Amino acid sequence: MNVKNKDIKSLSEESKTESVLREIMAGDPVRIALSILLGFFIGAIFMVVFNDQVVKSWSNFGADPSYALSTVWWTIQDGYGALFSGSIFNFNADNFVDAVRPLTETLRFAAPLIMAGLGVALTFRVGLFNIGATGQIMMGLAGATFASTRLHMPQIIHMFVAVVIAVLCAMVWGIIVGILKARTGANEVIVTIMLNYVATALFTYLLREPNLLLEANGGGTPKSDHPDGTAMMGALIGTEYKLNYGLIFAGLAVLFYWWLMERSTFGFRFRMVGHNSSAARAAGIKVENTFIWALAISAGFAGLAAAAQGLSVDGGLTASIEAGIGFDAITVALLGGSRAGGVVMAGLLFGAFKAGSSSMQVAGVSPEVLGVVKALIVLFIAAPPIIRALYRLPKPGSKVLEAAKSAKVAKVIK
Amino acid sequence: MSKIEVTPGMFSKAEAKPSLKAPIAMLTGALVVLVFFGFLGKTGDIAFVWSDKREAIQLPVFTVNSMLFCTVVGGLLIAIGAFSLWLNSRNKATPFWLIAIFGLGTMMALLGWLATDALQGVQMVFILSNTLVLAIPLIMGGMAGIMSERVGVVNIAIEGQLLTGAFVSSVVGTITGNLYVGMVSAMIAAALVSTVLASLAIKYLVDQIIIGVLLNVLVIGVTNFLHSAWLNNDSAHLNFPGTFDKIAIPLLSERPIVGQVLFNNRITVYLMFLIVPVLWYVLFRTKLGLRARAVGENPLAADTVGINVAKTRFWWVTLGGMVAGLGGAALTIGNVGSFGREMSGGQGFIALAVVILGRWQPIYVTLSALLFGFTIILRVWANQVSPGIPVDFITMVPYLVTLVAVAGFAGKVKPPAASGQPYIKG
Repeated sequence: MNVKNKDIKSLSEESKTESVLREIMAGDPVRIALSILLGFFIGAIFMVVFNDQVVKSWSNFGADPSYALSTVWWTIQDGYGALFSGSIFNFNADNFVDAVRPLTETLRFAAPLIMAGLGVALTFRVGLFNIGATGQIMMGLAGATFASTRLHMPQIIHMFVAVVIAVLCAMVWGIIVGILKARTGANEVIVTIMLNYVATALFTYLLREPNLLLEANGGGTPKSDHPDGTAMMGALIGTEYKLNYGLIFAGLAVLFYWWLMERSTFGFRFRMVGHNSSAARAAGIKVENTFIWALAISAGFAGLAAAAQGLSVDGGLTASIEAGIGFDAITVALLGGSRAGGVVMAGLLFGAFKAGSSSMQVAGVSPEVLGVVKALIVLFIAAPPIIRALYRLPKPGSKVLEAAKSAKVAKVIK
Repeated sequence: MSKIEVTPGMFSKAEAKPSLKAPIAMLTGALVVLVFFGFLGKTGDIAFVWSDKREAIQLPVFTVNSMLFCTVVGGLLIAIGAFSLWLNSRNKATPFWLIAIFGLGTMMALLGWLATDALQGVQMVFILSNTLVLAIPLIMGGMAGIMSERVGVVNIAIEGQLLTGAFVSSVVGTITGNLYVGMVSAMIAAALVSTVLASLAIKYLVDQIIIGVLLNVLVIGVTNFLHSAWLNNDSAHLNFPGTFDKIAIPLLSERPIVGQVLFNNRITVYLMFLIVPVLWYVLFRTKLGLRARAVGENPLAADTVGINVAKTRFWWVTLGGMVAGLGGAALTIGNVGSFGREMSGGQGFIALAVVILGRWQPIYVTLSALLFGFTIILRVWANQVSPGIPVDFITMVPYLVTLVAVAGFAGKVKPPAASGQPYIKG
């Protein structure tokens, strides 16, 4: 009670400029920047503490303090330098192609992350916690594998057919969640976790069966043939880069998501249910059907990610093609604040992490440190109290009040 | 059974007409066994081997025709399904023990069908003891899940807590050379993960599920990094703890079947025997447990009668973390003997499912965890006795069972009412 009164008091006593400053300081851009900074900083600590050379140099710190300090600096520079040159621009390259290749790699890795991230983001906005992207991608991959290795069609058409089949297969998986949620009230978190495992096992089974998706003359390992050349997402900006049409699909997906959520009636309903499902129901919205639609469309985005992944592989498809994208999609959606622009930025950041990890490995720094950085960044952003306490940022007074109020209102309505 | 221990919604009088879903699901399963394993089954013989070769008392091998055995079991399963239907017509829900017996029967039929004509037969001791050992992390994770969900906090971070426990027990156990120190450190470390979850969720009202997922990502990230940047450099001195010695309980361990399965185990298994009944007793028979459940069902009412909601939640979640840490230790120093990258492999998520399948009740949760443990060993064993069997479908079974349960086919599954909701005092 006291806290709230103080908030009201401090808010009313503030001058206008002060409150604007407060908004900016406590608001999103600064907090996100600080979170990213802090994430990288703690990651640097990890790199330094577990580096043999640094530990050795610090054990005789007294003898040569400047050397000890410089090893710290060099370790950090090596690590994050390699990340930069592996994901954005390589200054040591001999020619232009090699110099900008890292950036194209970042875009290539970012595309499926963005698409899957949009899917998860959509369900967040409807108030559902969907961690089923993994399973939906698996089903999408199954569809893409079938279309690209078992159907034979002319160029371009084949690719589009494969994409559509992948999206439809993933949507089926999403609709199952939606129906279970809407008709039986089952908790979507548990349902999606279970369906992830079922989908992975199902896809592996399909890949194991010679009559289904197993490669010709295949042995015991569940693996498909290489997709037909006609179905592949070809090179987007020349064959010297691996960047493919997946990026175009990602761009279209972002536009569609933005239009859907911010401009369409459909999206308005989604957001309404997400804000307050009781109020939405009172306003005549069929909340259960909205859940089904949201999960279906969300899974469609995951299917698109699956198509981009599956139709750009070098060899045959296996379940490992999923590459953790489904799980990363959750962090992408959280970091991006479930908004189109945010998801793009988050996808690019994590795509850069993926692109840069191999050059970090070459530089002798464990790229696993990026997993720590990634987790910390999203944790700081999702849990504003931590970052506020660490940087002693002011509390967004009015926001706390609003949250408390709306929570109370929700309780009363219930 | 006094009224107080009944899980919400389980045998509730308010639920006047129990759903037909459970009997229907059971009868369908029974028919599958009867028709596919029985009538259309294999013609060979099954040998049920009840004793390990090392045991002093050897039980005779039970050999039976596969088709006959599966038909008989299938018939019994049909009878159970019919009994459930009869209970339903009398407006009674199917009790959990009946479902458990049904599950056991199905398992025996499946084992027999798989091992028809196999040389080694159905090695019951091998299967059962491995089921138990493999289920320990799931049981401990499940207990952690119960402890936090019963007070109204959804703990998605069990996965991370298992992984933390596995990592810390292995590393500390190796460095100190004392596995018990490793085990205790694992419990403390996992409890710390829990305190992060608890304080953010309870004090700062951050969404519990989001924090849980992110803690998992963080723990996976940190352990992956430490594994590659630190442990791999010198795994002999950092990640080579070995396992606890098996302790044979005098007399009991010499009994046939149960002796080898239950009473010749590592300390992690015995701790499970202790924790599960204690948790059941505390939750359903003591004032402490009543208060905890009150907080999880209706925090406002609990607060009104003077229970400190935030404090209760904080301590139960933290203690739950300790139990999960023990489960993590069971993965390394209780079974495998060293830490591997992401070795919890989703078992924390399975623990969440197990909690629902067992209806937030320690003993039922333990049985559900055993089902998952059974399918893990079944996958390995089925490949040996009957190569070519689609093991992927065996992998799927427990997840499908959980889905069926969550969708309400096995009686009404109702979580603690305030689970996942933050409580704002005032």
